[in-house]
Amino acid sequence: MTTPQSPAPESLAPGPPEAGARGGRRARTVAQRDARFGQLLLAPTLLVVLLVVVVPILWTFILAFQDLRVIDLRRKGIFGAFTLDNFTQVLTSPGFWTALRTTVLFSVVGTVASIGVGLAAALALRRPFRGRTFVRASMLLPYVAPVVAVTFVWQTMLNPQFGIVNAVGTSLLGWDDPIAFLSQRSLPVSVFGAEIDVPVALLAVMAFETWRYFPFAFLFLTARIAALPGDLEEAALMDGATVSQRFRHVVFPQLLPTVALLAVLRFIFTFNEFDDIYLLTGGAAGTQVASVRVYDLLTARGDIGAASAQALVLALVLIVFLALYFRFVGRPTGDET
Amino acid sequence: MTRTAPAREAAPARSAPPPRRPWTRDRVENTVFGVLRWLVIAVLVVVTLLPFYYMVILSVRRLDEVVQRPGLLWPASFDLTTYVSVLASSDAGGQGFVVFLRNSAVIALLTVVFTLLAAIPGAYAISRLEFFGRRQVSALFLAVYLFPAILLAVPLFVFFSAVGLRGSLFGLLVVYVAQTVPLSIYMLRNYFETVPVSLEEAAAIDGASRWTIIRRIALPLAMPAVVSNGLYVFMIAWNEFLFALLFLAENRPRWTVSLGLSQLAGSIEIPTTVLMAGSVLLTLPIIILFFLAERLLVEGLTSGAEKG
Repeated sequence: MTTPQSPAPESLAPGPPEAGARGGRRARTVAQRDARFGQLLLAPTLLVVLLVVVVPILWTFILAFQDLRVIDLRRKGIFGAFTLDNFTQVLTSPGFWTALRTTVLFSVVGTVASIGVGLAAALALRRPFRGRTFVRASMLLPYVAPVVAVTFVWQTMLNPQFGIVNAVGTSLLGWDDPIAFLSQRSLPVSVFGAEIDVPVALLAVMAFETWRYFPFAFLFLTARIAALPGDLEEAALMDGATVSQRFRHVVFPQLLPTVALLAVLRFIFTFNEFDDIYLLTGGAAGTQVASVRVYDLLTARGDIGAASAQALVLALVLIVFLALYFRFVGRPTGDET
Repeated sequence: MTRTAPAREAAPARSAPPPRRPWTRDRVENTVFGVLRWLVIAVLVVVTLLPFYYMVILSVRRLDEVVQRPGLLWPASFDLTTYVSVLASSDAGGQGFVVFLRNSAVIALLTVVFTLLAAIPGAYAISRLEFFGRRQVSALFLAVYLFPAILLAVPLFVFFSAVGLRGSLFGLLVVYVAQTVPLSIYMLRNYFETVPVSLEEAAAIDGASRWTIIRRIALPLAMPAVVSNGLYVFMIAWNEFLFALLFLAENRPRWTVSLGLSQLAGSIEIPTTVLMAGSVLLTLPIIILFFLAERLLVEGLTSGAEKG
């Protein structure tokens, strides 16, 4: 999950090298036996992953080129005639482009905000103080708690009738009316005389995303910061560098590989996010991201073909983004120590 | 803001503060960031903990009182009947969360058992044995997490509908195991690699077979990692929502707690306070597990992250 490209495998392989040095027939049979045994040990995992992950992904390609609906499943069987209709339907519907734009916006803001907050948290908790262990552990709660429970609490807190946020907003902050955070598409707000339409529901969902996933960034950045060598910073301190200078020129450059890796991971996960948005808004009020659209096509419309086509396009767009990233920004973790 | 004193003098001044220090940039920054640090900590603690606190408080307040005084942050009334009501079976006028809790517990425990049964040998093989296709397998497992879950959801939905497994806990179990095994192998593999090979070689020289080595040496040494990994898998399975929704939504007796809460959350007849009690019941096991095993979990998850 963390460092996929980490050069793990060379430290292993106990038997073969020294056995091979002695040469002879027996050495090869030990290596062969190990190889056979290794494959045997992995077989159950491989089988389950192939059946439940690889085959379905391949099958999605077939489904995407068929005119198949949920009600047809029992009668028609699974394989039908080849058609391109699903793709033309998906790509030409205005909902698709809106959903794609929402997805990209949501992913970029969610990624940047969660890493930013995670970094601030990791830095603030860097030096020990009484109760730091407890604070650290509570920082992780949003990430480990069940998504259904926390979305329900957020819904209730943001409720316009009896939610605490609107209660505080109207009584203490002087809001004129309660705000329906999760069902209002936009709210005109005047900033220095200019009227701006604020996408309320989308911002609320982004705020939730940041709240739920900053612990992820916090966790990895804390681990990285704890492993930083102290002498560089000490040297900078002796040279009279201030706090911000030490961060900008000494600490942050060392965190950069971790930040880059987090950016990739968070972007992928946020781009694919379904639960949070479905549970908070159901995709209403301008928050329909692509994965929620796939779900709607599948269950509300029962259109398997279109749902598959939409899901494939989603995966494809993600792959294009990642390819662009690796092409222009470079790999997040090289083989540096 | 800063009186121009050479920055070099600022650093030694920190250890022995003279009665009147000039406002150097260093001093200003130390003051500002010193305050900012506590501000960030305070805000973060409030923001992360408030929703959980609110959840507990709301679960013991009466609904009419919540509607009248929505801004109240402590229970003016203390009403535990919400818990009775959410737990009782639907025949008794409750929401039947006892059954949902049982379903969630069964499926999460089975997921842990089967995931570990597959992942322990698999992780051992990847970390210790040289064989054709080892690297490719690792890459394949990584790919599992890059594809949107919703992409898998469509064909699995079709397949389980076609073979009649939709609505059964078994179908869900297979999907959960497939989703958690790769992560599990990744975490365990990191741990196996920290176990010295020489121990195993010594056993091999004494005539132990590979199976014996795994059972008697590698597994006992990796026990902390196995436990934390099991807890993590339990959390994933307990919290999972999308596949439970797709496979079980139409079959109420099979609902998990997550699914049950989400399905009932939209209804107007059930008081929010009762559902808050349901949320507490859903969250509590996870929080307890988390605080029991926090150190193990954090280390298991971030091992390798230090490398950068």
